[in-house]
Amino acid sequence: MDLNPMHQFKVYKIGPEINLGNINLSFTNASLFMTISAILILSLLFLGTKKKSLIPSKIQLITEMSYTFVAKMINNTAGSGAKSFFPFVFTLFMFVLFCNMVGMLPYSFTVTSHIIVTFTLAAIIFIGVTIIGFIKHGIKYLELFIPKDVPIILLPLIIVIEIISYLARPVSLSVRLFANMMAGHTMLKVFGGFVISLGLLGGWLPLGFTVALIGLEILIAFLQAYVFAILTCIYLNDALNLHH
Amino acid sequence: MELEAAKMIGAGLASIALAGAGVGIGLIFGNYLSGAMRNPSAAAKQFPNLLLGFALAEATGLFGLVVALIILFAF
Repeated sequence: MDLNPMHQFKVYKIGPEINLGNINLSFTNASLFMTISAILILSLLFLGTKKKSLIPSKIQLITEMSYTFVAKMINNTAGSGAKSFFPFVFTLFMFVLFCNMVGMLPYSFTVTSHIIVTFTLAAIIFIGVTIIGFIKHGIKYLELFIPKDVPIILLPLIIVIEIISYLARPVSLSVRLFANMMAGHTMLKVFGGFVISLGLLGGWLPLGFTVALIGLEILIAFLQAYVFAILTCIYLNDALNLHH
Repeated sequence: MELEAAKMIGAGLASIALAGAGVGIGLIFGNYLSGAMRNPSAAAKQFPNLLLGFALAEATGLFGLVVALIILFAF
């Protein structure tokens, strides 16, 4: 057995190899767990909205809670003008949340612990928000880089800084989620290794620690999905309501 | 110096970034607590902001971890 704590992030193919030209399109364990998360979200929403009663059942309550949670988040951070982006933000939040949560199960695979997955999501958000900003404000969208009430002398410096921070958005957004997931899961496996190496006598201490860490990791899994969604809302707010 | 040894030292130095994250998280929770003690009625409303600040501060420390991993595995 492989005792390397990085072993859990290995992507391997399940079933036959599919090649489309030079691109390898094989079904991997990453795609399997992405499919599982998507099916879980769909079944939760489907079962929750099937029987719409005034006194909600437990599953309907969960569905309604997640709906109002995201709706409130968009309303508070991006204003009521961003209501038409609710389906996008809701999909994003639920997908990241379920990928993180499915990854917390033992022997499963965390899709969001791979930079390519999170960077793809962040790149979609970045490009989409930029296009929305230019459609809504035209060339005036470039005023985003000029903060209000800045002395003229400082402007060249400020504009460069603003442009760099704007271009760094997809990087920081994706690395934040990826690093949190990867660091957390590596830490869990390292402490799991301590349990084995310390044996029956001393292994109880790291075992207890691992239980506490799993609690922390579930909190982080939720928080990172929340942060990912709320930062999307903040970027949307910048694009929709220029100069706040 | 041998490259392998230099890599190890570099990766260890990169994890100093976590000190900054520790200071940041401590400041966030400490200031939230002192604010909540002064005005307990406003505390519950700021709890989401506390969690947001915590997650953002923790992520900056993890950027250092990413640098360490890049040094160790990408070169």
